[in-house]
Amino acid sequence: MYYNVFGEKVSKRRFKEMCEAAKNRLELIAAGLTSRRDLFKMGLLTAGGMLAAKAGLSARAQTTVQTNPASSGQNTSPGTNQNCVPGNQTQSPPTRAFIQPLPIMPNSAKVSSLTPAPTLAPNTAAGEVRAAAFQAPQIDGTRFPVVPGTLYQFNQRQFTTSFSPDLPSQTMWGFDDGTGPRSPGPTYQAFYGQPQITRNINSLPSISQVNNTGFGMASVSTHLHNAHNPSESDGNPCDFYPSGHFCDQYYPNVLAGFNSTNQPNGDVNESLSTLWYHDHRVDFTSQNTYKGLFGFYCLFNQFDTGDETTGFRLPSFPQFDIPLAFNDKVFDPTTGQLAFDLFNLDGILGDKFLVNGVIQPFLQVSARRYRFRLLDTGPSRFYEFFLTGNVGGQGSATTNPFFLIGTDGNLIPAPVQVKSVRIGPAERVDIIIDFTNFAGQTLYLENRLNQINGLGPVAVDSQVAPQNSSSTECGLVLNDSSQGAIKPAGAGDMVLQFRVGSTVTDNSLPPSQQRFYSLPSKSAPARIVRTFKFDRLNGQWSINGQFMDCNTFRFTVQQNSVEHWLLTNLTGDWTHPVHIHLEEHQIMNRNRAAPNVPTDLGRKDVTQLHPNERVELFFRFRDWLGKYPIHCHNVVHEDHAMMALWHVAPTGDNVAVP
Amino acid sequence: MTDISRRKFLSLTTAAPLAAGVLSTTAVAGETRKFAPVTQETARKRLQGQHLPNLPLITHEGKQVMFYNDLVKDKVVTLNFFFAKCDEICPMVTANLAKVQKLLGDQVGRDIHMYSFTLKPEEDTVAVIGDYRKKFGAKPGWTFFTAKPADMERLRKAIGFTYPDPAVDKDKTQHIGNVRYGNEPLMYWSACPGMAHAKWVAETFEWMIHPERSRVQAP
Repeated sequence: MYYNVFGEKVSKRRFKEMCEAAKNRLELIAAGLTSRRDLFKMGLLTAGGMLAAKAGLSARAQTTVQTNPASSGQNTSPGTNQNCVPGNQTQSPPTRAFIQPLPIMPNSAKVSSLTPAPTLAPNTAAGEVRAAAFQAPQIDGTRFPVVPGTLYQFNQRQFTTSFSPDLPSQTMWGFDDGTGPRSPGPTYQAFYGQPQITRNINSLPSISQVNNTGFGMASVSTHLHNAHNPSESDGNPCDFYPSGHFCDQYYPNVLAGFNSTNQPNGDVNESLSTLWYHDHRVDFTSQNTYKGLFGFYCLFNQFDTGDETTGFRLPSFPQFDIPLAFNDKVFDPTTGQLAFDLFNLDGILGDKFLVNGVIQPFLQVSARRYRFRLLDTGPSRFYEFFLTGNVGGQGSATTNPFFLIGTDGNLIPAPVQVKSVRIGPAERVDIIIDFTNFAGQTLYLENRLNQINGLGPVAVDSQVAPQNSSSTECGLVLNDSSQGAIKPAGAGDMVLQFRVGSTVTDNSLPPSQQRFYSLPSKSAPARIVRTFKFDRLNGQWSINGQFMDCNTFRFTVQQNSVEHWLLTNLTGDWTHPVHIHLEEHQIMNRNRAAPNVPTDLGRKDVTQLHPNERVELFFRFRDWLGKYPIHCHNVVHEDHAMMALWHVAPTGDNVAVP
Repeated sequence: MTDISRRKFLSLTTAAPLAAGVLSTTAVAGETRKFAPVTQETARKRLQGQHLPNLPLITHEGKQVMFYNDLVKDKVVTLNFFFAKCDEICPMVTANLAKVQKLLGDQVGRDIHMYSFTLKPEEDTVAVIGDYRKKFGAKPGWTFFTAKPADMERLRKAIGFTYPDPAVDKDKTQHIGNVRYGNEPLMYWSACPGMAHAKWVAETFEWMIHPERSRVQAP
């Protein structure tokens, strides 16, 4: 079946016409006919905006596929086989791969008290800049005391670090829990039923002592991504504050439904596990997260215990349960310094792949099961990870299966064996890799997804995607379907190397025997269906033709109600990873068809919206009140206004197209 | 490489892909490599070399100025594109920016400078852009520019008003929605849609003048 961008059924013939029309338009533009008036004059555009049948206009000369300039030259980093270096982009100096061990972030260090002590209302006299009084203690002061038993103090600081011995030390921004600043920040080990406060202090250089080495705005708001959190502690993009100020953020660590559908403890089927925190400063999020302001937040409960002898018996945290934060970066060839293209509006790609803050590290593992929590921190790259073996050996590289157990940090009902897993900016997947049969071997986590610019992967597996448009920028023909989205085994980017040692005790349960939570029912009727069109208008990133504005709230969700949200993508060639705060969602359908990719089948907080797609989401907005955003999490799009603010209030509105 | 001359540094930074090729011939895996040290000043020069070219422009009053030296260096600025015969979007953005200028009041021209560049310099002469500016009631502190077409094209690409697909990139209407804003000495740069609400656009620009302020509001 074929659909147009509005999700209406169309014939195969009509669909082909639509794709042709899009292609023709690009060719007409290439031929120098750039305005509607030009097209009218030539009789090529009808009054309705449809392109008339094209004849006699020669197609733009097709360029041939070139061999990879980056990998054919002096690139000593075998894992970063970039297909091309886009025209305007810097090419990083060479770095060696797999010479540094994977850094594993320490668990966050608690503090016994905070001075001054946290207060229900913001302590503005002491320099606090919170938006409102804490909600949780007002709901239940016994369960959620104003000063809970678990306290953290995080200073955001500038520090220097090294990504590779082949590069000079780098000026970065990170989180300091009292043991020194680092990026990724320390990993929270949080538990349901144990509320906590984090005092987030902005101790970055003030403007009078600025030395940001080229990018980054020392003005912050720290979001805890996917938390079921009250709005004043959510880290709203508009609630940013400068150096010398702080915000106490109350994380109740409570299940959705605790104050509504499933009192008093909430719905265990809404358990969250792999969350992350990151800076969310409006217009500057891409720079500040690229500069290091992010970290993991792992949330445990009586089933997902972090101990492989109890509960679901998942591999023990942190020894066999390892968070992996991926990002791609680019370095100035002269100075070796981390570079960020401040003048890019589309999306930023790097040619170096970092895991937990190091370029292409290795990890020594034992021949047993491991849980990995994969996080794509962006800014704009999508990954499709494969577990590749026999690299450089006789015969071809091998593709080895593993188990998907969680989507966006939420355990799915049962593990699914997969050959690969695709994630976009801000998405997470939890996987189990069983190294038992690989003792003494070397394996790689390999990204085989082909992406050469901010548009998204070169071809997407959406039913109606007419492939990405052509580009001659790198001598590649992008709309040639033979190019393919997925590179062959061994031809992608080797991001992380596993050196498998000998067999050790493994008390974790085999994935084939695992069962986790049930998916919450999606059958409740929606109070309202809202539509969000993600579009690009004359270069401006928009939602429903409007733009981010910290002073404008576009609609009001009724507290504890069910809503369906339709995300539509009118752009023919952009992929938008769309994130919604407060509540996770379930994908009801893509272009009216039930989702069929394993990563679409769980609870999500980011959904990839492919070109010419219409995705319907199920939400139940519970418990908390206040302001939250919906936005594209390609952070370059997000920073350029592809975001909208909304409220949760006791009474909702009926704005169907906010 | 330890004692790199300023001239060589600039030539390297402006031709990065070439520089990578030259330097990497001396970089063998495992060899300790020396990089040019980075200070706030060298970072600023790199940014200037890659994105803020010092090329000649002509104001709506017919005066020749240099983009980096005269317009951007040491200043808080806004940068956007238009062309006089653009039907729908340019007039909307320009009218919106006129509202923004009114909201910013006497800060414009003193604390922040607004600049608009024609995407069709071949038809937008000094007289044309002068008339266009007058039509929208732009006040002092907001300057309109034309230039040699090749220079304007270089400026457009340098400050990133582009589209990844070269075919679409040729469509000038793809580049007229956004407004860049920045604080050059602090290296704070971002952009916002020119058609966003004027009050929010004005507030966004003011963050560049006063980056030390908080913005936290009740839910």
